[in-house]
Amino acid sequence: HLATSLPLPSERDHLRPRIDLIAFMIDIKSKYSLKNVEASLAYVDASFFLGKVCFLVTGVGRVNYCSVEMNAIWKLGEVYRSPVLFCELELEGVRVATAQRLLRMLQICAGHVPGVSALSFGSLMRNSADD
Amino acid sequence: MDETVAEYIRRTVLKIPRDEIKTMLQKWGFLSEMQLQTVNFHQLKENISQDVVQLCEENSADIKQAAVLDIIYNHIYPNKRMWSVYQMNKTGEEIEFFDFTDFKKKFKRRLRSALKNVTINFREYEDNAIWIRIAWGTPYTKPNQYKTSYVVYHSQTPYVFLSASVLRSNLPLLCQALVVASNYHDIREVELRSHSLNSLKDIVFKRYSQNFQTYCPRPLSERKVAPESADVRIIQENRNEKERIQRVNREVFGDGPQPKLEFAQYKLETMFKSDPKMDVMYKKEPFRCLVKFSSPHLLESLKSLAPVGMADAPLSPLLTCIPHKARNYFKIREKKGFFPESFVSP
Repeated sequence: HLATSLPLPSERDHLRPRIDLIAFMIDIKSKYSLKNVEASLAYVDASFFLGKVCFLVTGVGRVNYCSVEMNAIWKLGEVYRSPVLFCELELEGVRVATAQRLLRMLQICAGHVPGVSALSFGSLMRNSADD
Repeated sequence: MDETVAEYIRRTVLKIPRDEIKTMLQKWGFLSEMQLQTVNFHQLKENISQDVVQLCEENSADIKQAAVLDIIYNHIYPNKRMWSVYQMNKTGEEIEFFDFTDFKKKFKRRLRSALKNVTINFREYEDNAIWIRIAWGTPYTKPNQYKTSYVVYHSQTPYVFLSASVLRSNLPLLCQALVVASNYHDIREVELRSHSLNSLKDIVFKRYSQNFQTYCPRPLSERKVAPESADVRIIQENRNEKERIQRVNREVFGDGPQPKLEFAQYKLETMFKSDPKMDVMYKKEPFRCLVKFSSPHLLESLKSLAPVGMADAPLSPLLTCIPHKARNYFKIREKKGFFPESFVSP
């Protein structure tokens, strides 16, 4: 499901399945997108932050056009205890690899991978990032 | 033939893209078809231009003919120059029949009475556009053919398009000559500038597609937003919002292509608003600031801002009013009253 911001429109509530993973996309070239994500985070139930939220930062290939500061993004990941992924949508290889990563995360969050929970996976990702 | 004329013709031909040289020379009509046959238009441009100069030498070209070639070049490639827009005003309602010969005579006479050393050429085109080329000299030097101003005057309208590219000191004289020759009262500069002459004409003559107030408040069901992907597994949660944005955009910008402008400039003379505790400006003076938006195609990029999610729709009227107000230079001052900012036309 694609949405431009949260909260989701209530008229589609009955059509929506259970949400297993929320990926917040931030375009590093647009301060507006960061503001939008920050505003939308307020509408997410606390239980999602136990491994079911991740931040996807796009547009990282064009270094000259960075408008959002890296500090702001790291801080977001810290405050909300969620992993931050980087990708460049314009490159097909990176796009496909990122999609595969997200898909794997989704499988874990939906409980399809036995022995690994969303929370344990989240803490795994966080520990490796700190290294 | 004068050496300066030969050099000028050579340089003018060099400016033309190689594939266009033959057609442009044919339009010029100074060299006969037989003479043009003798030139190899597939060789290097330097050689083509030398051959052309040689032929012009045979026909004893003078500066007037060379100037006509320059006009033709600029008429086909007007976007190489920066154009500004001027509007003339007339007191009274007299609708006079436009006499081209009379116009030319008055214009030349007025200009030459102030400055003898000018080269003036006229060329009339089908869309009632009169192109005037002026090469400026000084009271002591001959006209410099490389320091030219171009004027495009649509005789059925009060509008004049000017590409000066010279010292501003000749501008009042030029404006005066235009006013006198066209039987108007005065002339003022409109705050509108661009490289695209046709777009300026579109804006000023209102030839672009404008928004019309739709009578039906609800969106027509035939105009569905084209689905971004045919894949039914992707569900757009905010389809209604996306459709609203498309509708608002269409209302503001219309359906057709936008006139081509390269920038919009806003001179702000507004008070700095900050947290009183921050105490940044202890003087109660307006904070002067210049905001400039530039783009290869400003209006199209403004039109796409909301649909790609980079801005909220509707956009600020300061941006969307540009074609309607026919200006891309604005001065914004404090409005004493309810709203914090307002337009002030200088």
